[in-house]
Formats: sequence, structure tokens, C-alpha cells
Amino acid sequence: MQFKRTRQGYADALIELARANPRILVLDSDVAKATKTCDFAEVLPDRFFNCGVQEGNMMSVAAGLAIEGFIPFATTFAMFASTRAADQVRNSIAYPKVNVKIGATHGGISTGGDGASHQCNEDIAIMRSFPNMTVLVPGDYEEARLATCAAAAWKGPVYLRFGRGQYPVMEEIHGGFEIGKAKLLRPGNDLAIVSTGIMVSEALAAATELEKQGVAARVIHMPTVKPLDGDVLLAAARETRGIVTAEEHSIIGGLGEAVAAFVAQTHPAFVRRVGVHDVFGESGRADELLTLYGLRAANIVEQALQILDTAVAV
Amino acid sequence: MVDDKTVRALEAKAVEIRRSILNMVYRANSGHVGGSLGATDLVVALYYHLLRHDPRNPKWPDRDRFILSKGHCSPVIYAVLADCGYFPVTDLETFRRPGSHLQGHPFAPKTPGIEASTGTLGLGISTGLGMALAAKLRGEPQRYYILCGDGEIQEGQAWEAAMFASKYRLDKVIAFVDRNYLQTDGNTEDIMPLEPLAAKWEAFGWRTFEIDGHDFRQIIAAVECARALQGKPTMIVARTVKGRGVSFMENEVAWHGTPPSPEQYERAIEELSRAI
Ligand SMILES: Cc1ncc(C[n+]2csc(CCOP(=O)(O)OP(=O)(O)O)c2C)c(N)n1
Ligand SMILES: [Mg+2]
Repeated sequence: MQFKRTRQGYADALIELARANPRILVLDSDVAKATKTCDFAEVLPDRFFNCGVQEGNMMSVAAGLAIEGFIPFATTFAMFASTRAADQVRNSIAYPKVNVKIGATHGGISTGGDGASHQCNEDIAIMRSFPNMTVLVPGDYEEARLATCAAAAWKGPVYLRFGRGQYPVMEEIHGGFEIGKAKLLRPGNDLAIVSTGIMVSEALAAATELEKQGVAARVIHMPTVKPLDGDVLLAAARETRGIVTAEEHSIIGGLGEAVAAFVAQTHPAFVRRVGVHDVFGESGRADELLTLYGLRAANIVEQALQILDTAVAV
Repeated sequence: MVDDKTVRALEAKAVEIRRSILNMVYRANSGHVGGSLGATDLVVALYYHLLRHDPRNPKWPDRDRFILSKGHCSPVIYAVLADCGYFPVTDLETFRRPGSHLQGHPFAPKTPGIEASTGTLGLGISTGLGMALAAKLRGEPQRYYILCGDGEIQEGQAWEAAMFASKYRLDKVIAFVDRNYLQTDGNTEDIMPLEPLAAKWEAFGWRTFEIDGHDFRQIIAAVECARALQGKPTMIVARTVKGRGVSFMENEVAWHGTPPSPEQYERAIEELSRAI
């Protein structure tokens, strides 16, 4: 298996995009070396603005640039984009629906050693809750690149979430990127696994494991958390015995709750969520933490089997 | 005033602490070594000479408080707290490991001697002011020492804090800005210029001192002077060298958050051994 950085996909796409479109600008807040926008700064220094350690200021400045017709990509860690600059994102960007793209790296528990202060497991919840905000959580390097291009072409605010680590390259998800469209990766009618972001690799591994146990799991990858792909979810709710969601995020407010709310209103079905269970993380290596906080294929399998048990009992 | 013997003892202690920082970051293969080495002399001067504290009684109400607002430099405070006896020195081996009380960024509920949780830049200054205001309301004697990074004070919150401390005359606050001219992406004056830095704090109503942050005599003199004055908070702009003590790390932005390789680690330890 090959591993690559999702944040590098973002940075590489920005260079491609900006070469083709003079309205694209990149802002960063003293983490360019970590977000990889330093590559952009090297190639297109006149189109790059380092704001220093000032995430709030950066977001509202980006709003101003967008009002005047530019397409700014405001970049920082997920923690600072979604919590520190939450007001600026909500009231300068989302509310007036200005065309700012927010590139947030270091999302999720796999941020690792920096610990809870930097492991953002709440950003999807916060960003989803803002009207007008589109939320994209790509699963690997290539999808990160594609999602960044799709965000540039989209009219209106977009939140793009990437990780810090190296994540498996998944050929299965490389077939284009359409905002609001899920990707059906594997057929199956016993139950459905819906993943977002880097959990796609664990979802596929879980389906393989379930197959060994005679369970046919449908795997749906959902790199757009908002707007949700309702058609795909409705079909999953109708045609299978339940849905397991998987996200590198709190089980509160993220993909899992979005899916649960959707099916509750359209076609009630069992939904079980794999994610971080309402706790702050701690320091450690990414791989250790993903296991420690229950974000592995085994956890998806466990939830899947519980659904099958419950569904039978009913 | 300090005598030569005291200064020599502090200098020796600082070398020990620098070794401890390197060991910690090397073992964890993760952590911020440059800013920790650069701030070592300031933190050593505080804990081994200036602060009123008692490691056997970490919650002693009258103790002076220290807040590491630039929380990414946790290795320096962990090394010092362990050496002072707040917790076993062997705990340092667990830095950044699951289950450890020594998190990547200081987490007060877990670590004896850590007064406030920091990590997001800008928070610690304001938290320190709140604590100082509480002490003022209760008429308590202790002082509040707050260490900020120069990159850190680009945050608007730093300047909100600057106004607040001045308005409420928080004269028990003695803050430092670790003026190493470096932040993650480069030189502060290229990324987001701060100068004239001391004049800015003066204009916000603070008393300021500009010192060499590696000269124990200057650090101690500035703090003693600040303690004698009343009515205003103090900001000590301490010029430092990021990565101080390890020649190839000094003034190198690349050493902000990168752990050393085995060869680099050996070289660094050897240099510090020669310094003793
Ligand atoms: C609000 C916030 N934004 C960004 C970061 C990421 N970050 C960690 S350290 C750092 C640079 C800090 O520079 P400085 O304060 O000068 O520290 P020093 O040079 O002493 O290491 C940045 C941007 C953070 N921790 N908090
Ligand atoms: Mg600095």
C-alpha cells in the first residue's frame, strides 16, 4: 500500500489552479510549512499572503478579497480555522456567502503528538452548522487534489478538511469529484458502511472482513459531508439492514449525526457511528491513536455485527 | 543583584535543562526543540532564583505562578518541573506518549506544577491576567510570570490582553516576550513585523525592559526592578537565540518543530557536555 499526504494534494492543486486562474490567491497564518502552502509561496510569491499568527484576521481579510472578486484560499490548521476563527468564518464568510475557500489541515486525532489542543475532532460539526457552508473531507492525496479543484469551481464558501499524516492511496476513490455526490465503492445488501475522509480505507477493510463472515456490506464514500448525497443514503436505508458511519471526528455533529438525521426523516433505519466518543484526545503517534480511539476496521465490523444482531431481533 | 557564584550555578543548571529537553524531544521523536532551548535561561532564572514556589507543595496558595503561553515549548517547563521535584524525572521519558501526563502542550489538570493549559497561541496571556485579577481582588501577594513567543503576540488577543492588564493595573504581572525573531515560517519581521515592539507595549500602558534573555544578571535585574514598581504591568522584551546552546540549531527556523536525527542528537548532546 502506498501512503501520501492529503495536505500535499491541497497544496499541489492550488498551484495548478492559480496558474490557470489569476483570481486565485492563497493566505496562510504562519503554518505554511506545515500546510504545504509554502510550495505555492515558492512558485507564486505575489499571490501568497502570510498573515502571521492571526487566523481571525486572515478569515475576514479573505472575505474582503472575495467581495472584490478574488478567490482566496485561507489556510491554517483545522483547530484554528474552526474554533479560533469561528466567528470570522460564520459572520464574514458564511452569512454573506462570500466566495472564500478554507483549507484546514491537521484535522482529526491523527494530528498525533501535539495532543488535544491541536487534534480537531469538532470542525465538521461546527462548519456543517453554518448555513451556506459546503464541507468537503477527502480521503487521500488524489481526492484532496480533486476536491480542491472542485472547491475552486464552486460558487460560495467551502471548508476543506485534510489530515497531518500520510494516508493510504485508494485507487477506488479517484474517479472524479462532484460536490454533493457520494462514491459507491462496493455493492452489498446486508448493510451499508458510509465513510468520510481517511476512514475510507478502514471501511473497505471492514467490508472485506465482513465478507469472510458472510456479510455483504455496501461501502459508500462520502467526501462531501454537506450537502449530503440523499439519494445514495435513501437507497442504503431502504435496501440494507442498517448503516455504520465512520469518520475521524467526534460522533457528535459530524457525518454520523448527519446521516442519522437524514434517514430518521426519510426511511428510519439503524445507524451506528464510529468516531471519537465525546472525549478529548491525547498525545501519541497517529497509528496508535487511531486504534486507541476506536477508528479502525475492527470497530466498524463490531458496529456492523451489532446492527445485524439488533435487526434480526426486531 | 546576584553574585558570580549564583550566576555560574544558574548557567550550569541551564545546560542540564537543555540536555533534558533534547533527550525528551529525541525520545518522543516529536516536539519543539528550538523555542525550548531559546527560552531555557529565562525559565531557569525564574524557577531557580526568582519564583517563590515549593515543589513539595505545588498548590501552596502564596506561590508565584508561571504560565507558558507559548505552550509548544512544553519541553522546557517539563524539564524544569521534573528537576525541581514536582514529579519524577523518569516521567520525562513518557513525553507525548499515550497515557502520559506530559502532553504535547501543557495540560494543567494532569501535570503537577502546570498552572494553566496552553497550546493555542494567545490564550495563556489572558488566562494569566484573569488569575492575576483574582489575586488582586483577594489582596493576595503572589506574582504572575507569563512567557509569550514573539510570533504568538501577532494574535489580536495579545493586544486585547495588553489593554486589559493596563486598565486594571495588574502590577503583579511580569510578562516576557521571547524575542527570538523567528516563528514557524521564518523571521517575524518578514512574516508580520512586530517592531517597534517595546514601544508598542509602552503605548498600551505597560512598563517595559529590553534585555539579553541569556544573561542571568540582566534577567534578574529586570525582574527585581519590575517587582519594585507599582501601578502597571511589566513586559520584558528578552532578546534570545532560538536553539541556543546547540550550534547548528541556533537561529535556524528549521529547528522550530523538528526532532533531531540520531546523529544530530549525538552532536547536540556532545556540544552541551562540553559546555558543562
Ligand atoms: C492560535 C495558534 N495558531 C497557530 C499555532 C501553530 N504554531 C505553533 S508554534 C507557532 C509559531 C510560534 O512562534 P513564536 O511564538 O515566536 O514561538 P517560538 O519562536 O518561541 O518557538 C505556530 C504558528 C498555534 N499553536 N496556535
Ligand atoms: Mg519566536
